[in-house]
Amino acid sequence: MSRELRLSAGRVWAMLLRYLYLLRSSWPRTLELLYWPTLQMLIWGFMSQFLYANSSYVFRAFGVLLAAVMLWDVLFRGQLGLSMSFLEEMWARNLGHLFVTPLRPYEWVLSLLSMSMIRVLLGILPAALLAIPLYQYSIFAMGLPLVAFFAVLLIMGWALGLAICGLILRQGMGAEGLAWTVVFTISPISAVYYPVSTLPSWLQHAAWALPSTYVFEGMRTVLFSGIFRADYLLRALALDLVYLALGTTAFFVSFHNARRRGALLQMGE
Amino acid sequence: MIVYAVKVDKLVKCYPTAVAVDGITFSVGRGTTTALLGGNGAGKTTTLSILLGLLLPTTGAVRVLGEDILRHRYRVLPKMNFSSPFVDLPHRLTVRQNLLIYARLYGLTDRRERIERLSNDLQISAFLERPAGKLSAGQKTRVALAKALLNDPELLLLDEPTASLDPDTGDWVRSYLEAWRARTGATILMASHNMSEVERLCSDVMMMRAGRIVDRGSPQALIDRYGRTNLEEVFLHIARESRDVLVPVK
Repeated sequence: MSRELRLSAGRVWAMLLRYLYLLRSSWPRTLELLYWPTLQMLIWGFMSQFLYANSSYVFRAFGVLLAAVMLWDVLFRGQLGLSMSFLEEMWARNLGHLFVTPLRPYEWVLSLLSMSMIRVLLGILPAALLAIPLYQYSIFAMGLPLVAFFAVLLIMGWALGLAICGLILRQGMGAEGLAWTVVFTISPISAVYYPVSTLPSWLQHAAWALPSTYVFEGMRTVLFSGIFRADYLLRALALDLVYLALGTTAFFVSFHNARRRGALLQMGE
Repeated sequence: MIVYAVKVDKLVKCYPTAVAVDGITFSVGRGTTTALLGGNGAGKTTTLSILLGLLLPTTGAVRVLGEDILRHRYRVLPKMNFSSPFVDLPHRLTVRQNLLIYARLYGLTDRRERIERLSNDLQISAFLERPAGKLSAGQKTRVALAKALLNDPELLLLDEPTASLDPDTGDWVRSYLEAWRARTGATILMASHNMSEVERLCSDVMMMRAGRIVDRGSPQALIDRYGRTNLEEVFLHIARESRDVLVPVK
């Protein structure tokens, strides 16, 4: 490994360490990571038990709603995990310190992405494991397709998160609320709990423009018929790349503009 | 050997509603302590921000430690640092955690030894495990200074280093900076409103007003030039020269 690459990896690790220290410093925040995914899993688990006896849809595959809620959380937590670490720097007014060090913006982004993945795993793994004894349902039974679904949704969460962070860099902390709300606007058209065919035909076009739709449709195909739609995966990954490129561009353009406006020293609560 | 630590040429920074820096040209010799003086809005912090690479100028050239800061900031950032009482370190991390992270960002390998040494020098050992947000103003200033000296900078930029400190702590910080500069031969460029501090620490003073450097010299040369008894009177004289355009309050 070249010296520059080693130094770069060291800076990414330094930032990751900062977010891990932050997480460790507050047990309520750590608990909050686990709380919502577990609560969601409990609600949808009981709902699934009820519908299993009363609905032919759930009867075909008990885990269809539980898997959907857990996979949706990958997207949501992926985006929120990235945005939260970014917002920590805003709340601490720390950009002025960070960017007089040799830290490059892309290294910061890499640490944000890594932290997002850690937050997703910390939040969802306990819920997924708890579902096994509680409902005799293991999302891990999906096998390798689960890894593909996880990757597609996480990358989509990153793309959204980067675009939101870019918007906050541009508009200031007034746009902070977007970090919690934007992802829910795509929830209805991602067909998380129902097939895309349920949507009006004009909305189905929008739905198929989202990587998440391919994941949830693909998940149902795996659970109902045991078939993995590789074509869905390829389209989802292609869309992911487009969205990630757009999100990354939005972030770096906003960062450059923040340097031009002098916002790196002033930005904060 | 590069004689100048900082060389600025025709630097301009315009915002949509104001000109913050209006075509300033100056250089700062290596191993000196230089002050940027001026009232609020004179352009001191803007100038420091540009030197740090945090702010992009509208036009002009800036060389820091021989490198063009606009093109090659990452070559020079490891050799400089910055401290300001107005930019706190993250509150929820302990002092040690903060210092360890910044030491890693600077790529230092002897992190623990450096933190140990600086902790002893700056007398912060007693609160290394305390969250940075729970420190007094004096303790925060010393911790910020420890962060700023972690990488043994060749150029240290300070924004009002003793603002909001009691006279005793302020004096301690000034003595420390004097001794540190004498020992390392580093360059210090500081913005300050504290005239006695500037008289004590700085060999060179640049007076700024409305984004321009309106005068420059050693503290004593400026005092003599304006026929005053101290730098504060010189500062007031220069600051008030611009007030003639203001409408008096009735």
